Amino acid sequence: MTVPISWYLILSAVLFVMGVAGFLFKRNIITIFMSIELMLNAVNLSFVAFSYVLRQLSGQVFVFFVMVVAAAEAAVGLAIIIVVFRNRESLNVDDIELMKF
Amino acid sequence: MPPITLAALKPYIMMVLIVGIGPLGVGYLVLLERKLMADMQARLGPMRVGPQGLLQPIADAVKLLLKEDVIPGMVDKWVFWLAPCVTVTTALAAFAVVPFSSDFVITDVNIGVLAILALSSVGVLGIILGGWAANSHYPLLGSLRATAQMVSYEVVMGFAVVAVLLMAGSLSMVEIVKAQAESHRWFLFGAFPFGLIAFFMYYVAAMAETNRSPFDLPEAESELVAGFMTEYSGFRWALYFLAEYCNIIVVCSLAVTLFLGGWLRPFPSVTWLGWLDYAAPVGSFLLAGGLSLYLVKRQPRAFDQIVLAAVGLALLAVAGLFAWPAFNALFRGVFWFMAKIMVLVYSFMWVRFTFPRYRYDQLMRLGWRVMIPLGIVNVIAIGIVLVLKG
Amino acid sequence: MLDQFFFYIFASVILLGGLLTITRRSAVHSAIFLIATLLGIAGLFLHLQAEFLAGVQVILYVGGIMVLFLFVIMLVNLDQAARQRQFNRQWWLALLAAAAVCGEALYGLYRGRGAFTFPGAVPGNMPPNTQAVGNALYQNYMLPFEVASIMLLVAMVGAVVMAKKRL
Repeated sequence: MTVPISWYLILSAVLFVMGVAGFLFKRNIITIFMSIELMLNAVNLSFVAFSYVLRQLSGQVFVFFVMVVAAAEAAVGLAIIIVVFRNRESLNVDDIELMKF
Repeated sequence: MPPITLAALKPYIMMVLIVGIGPLGVGYLVLLERKLMADMQARLGPMRVGPQGLLQPIADAVKLLLKEDVIPGMVDKWVFWLAPCVTVTTALAAFAVVPFSSDFVITDVNIGVLAILALSSVGVLGIILGGWAANSHYPLLGSLRATAQMVSYEVVMGFAVVAVLLMAGSLSMVEIVKAQAESHRWFLFGAFPFGLIAFFMYYVAAMAETNRSPFDLPEAESELVAGFMTEYSGFRWALYFLAEYCNIIVVCSLAVTLFLGGWLRPFPSVTWLGWLDYAAPVGSFLLAGGLSLYLVKRQPRAFDQIVLAAVGLALLAVAGLFAWPAFNALFRGVFWFMAKIMVLVYSFMWVRFTFPRYRYDQLMRLGWRVMIPLGIVNVIAIGIVLVLKG
Repeated sequence: MLDQFFFYIFASVILLGGLLTITRRSAVHSAIFLIATLLGIAGLFLHLQAEFLAGVQVILYVGGIMVLFLFVIMLVNLDQAARQRQFNRQWWLALLAAAAVCGEALYGLYRGRGAFTFPGAVPGNMPPNTQAVGNALYQNYMLPFEVASIMLLVAMVGAVVMAKKRL
C-alpha cells in the first residue's frame, strides 16, 4: 500500500471535526443533519481503511450497518423536520426552545 | 507502461465513438419517434429537410446550438449551469460498462449492474436541481414529482434486477450474459414464469425512471408546461434532451443484458439455427438498402436523390460486409445487441403513443402498493425455485 | 504513484466539499457539496478495493438520502433562513469544542503512530468482494442483519406516522 493508513486516518479525523463544527455552529436543522452525515462518513472511511490494511471484511460489514442506520436516521429525522416546520414555520434551532427550562 | 496496441487502445476508441456518435444517434432516435408518431396518426412526419426528412436531426441540432442561451433573471446561476451537466455526464458514463458484444465493452467491472444503477441515481439529481434552480413554480412542481417518482421506482427496478442477479450469481454485465449462454436460455424465461414477471416490472420501472409516457409526470406538457425543463432553452435544453434519450438507451441495454441475452442470438444453443447469424444482419441491411434505392426516384430534388442513393449503397455495402465471415464473427454480437435495443426502444415509443398519462396518486399507488410487494414476492419465489432445482 | 495521485484528488474533493457543506448559506448548495464529499468517499472506497461498498454508498447516500434531503429542502421554505445569521449564539463555545475534538483526535493519532504498522497484515489484493461481503452478511452477521432490517421497518413506519397529517 503506497498510501499509508495514517493519511486515511488523518483525513477521516479532519472530516469528522468538520462534521462536529457544523453540528455545533449552524442554526439550520437541515444543515445540522448534513453535518451528522459528514461524521458518519468520516467514521466509515476509517473503517474501510482498516479493513483494507488488515484484509478483513468485518470493517466493511460494519460500514454497511452504519449506512443502514444513516438511512433510518435520515428518514425519521426529515419527517421530524417536516412536522416542526409545519407547526413552527421555522427551522432555526434557536427558535425551537420549548423543551428548554 | 503497457505497449500501445490496437487492443489496448480499443476502450479509448469506443469511448470517443460513443461520446461522438451518441448525440447523433439520439438525434436519429428523435426522428424515428416523430416518424413513428406520424405513422400512427396517419401523417407523414418531417419530410422537408433531406430525403424523407433524413437530415432533420442535423437541422434541429444546428438550430439548438445557434439559439440564444437564455438565463432567467432570478435563477440560481451556478446550480442552473450544473444541473444539465450532471444529467448528461452520468447518462453517457453509464455506457462504460455496457457490453455491446463480448469483444466490444469498454470495461467489465465486477459491480457493473450496481455501477449503472448508481449512475442513474446520480442522474436524478440533475433533474431535481434543475427544477429547483429555475426558481419558478412549474419546474419546482416538476422536480418534486420527479424526486418522488424516481425514488419509488428505483426500488421496483432494484427488485427486478435482484431477481436476475439470483439467477446469474454475478454483478458483472459480461458474466450475466455468459451465465445466460451457459443455462441455454434468456433470463426472461429463467425460473419460468417468474423471470417474465421480473422483466415486466423492470419494463414499467424503466419507463418511470426515464420519464416516458405514461409516466411522464415530471414534464407533463398539458399540466406543467415542460416540468423541470420549463426555464431551459437552447443548448442546455438540448443537453437535457440528449440525457433523456441516452438514458432510454441505457435502460434498454441493461434490459437486453439482464433479460434478453445480451449479444447472444435468439436460441443461442440451437446449433442448426446458426444461419440466423448471417441471414438476419444481411437480410435487414439488404432490405433497408433496397428500400432506400426504391425511394430514390420519388424524391423531388436532385440533392435528395443523390443523398438517398448514397445511403442505400452504404447500407448494401454493410450487408455485403456482414456476408464476409471474418467481419460477421466480429460484429454479429453488436448487431444482435443493437437489434434487441431497437425492438425495446420501439416498444417504448409504441407505449407512449398508445396509453394516456397516469394521474400522480395513481402512479404512487401503482409503485408502492402493487409493484414493490410484487417484487418482494417475486424475489422470494425465484429463490425457492432456484433452491428446489438445486 | 498513481495511488497517491488519486488519494490527493479524492481527499481534496472530500475536504473542500466538507468545508463548503458547513459554510454555505443556501441549504441546497450545502447539499450539493455534501454530495461531492460523498462521491469522493465512494472514490476512496473503490481505491481501498471495497467496490461493493462504493456502489452502495452512491446508490444509498447520493441516490437515497441526499435526494430525500433535497426533497425536504424543496418542501420547506428556506429563503428567509438563508438571509439570516447562519451561526447560533454559542458559536464561540462551538468553535472551542470543535478545536478541542480536533486536537484530541490528532494528538491521539500522533501518540498512536507506532501502532499503524501491522506485522500480521497479508500483502496482495483483497478478493473480489461482492460475494465475500454477501457471505459475511448472511453467515457471520445474520442476527445484526435481521435487526437492521427490523429497524428500517420501524423507521419507515415512524416517518410515515409522523409526517402524515391524519392517518
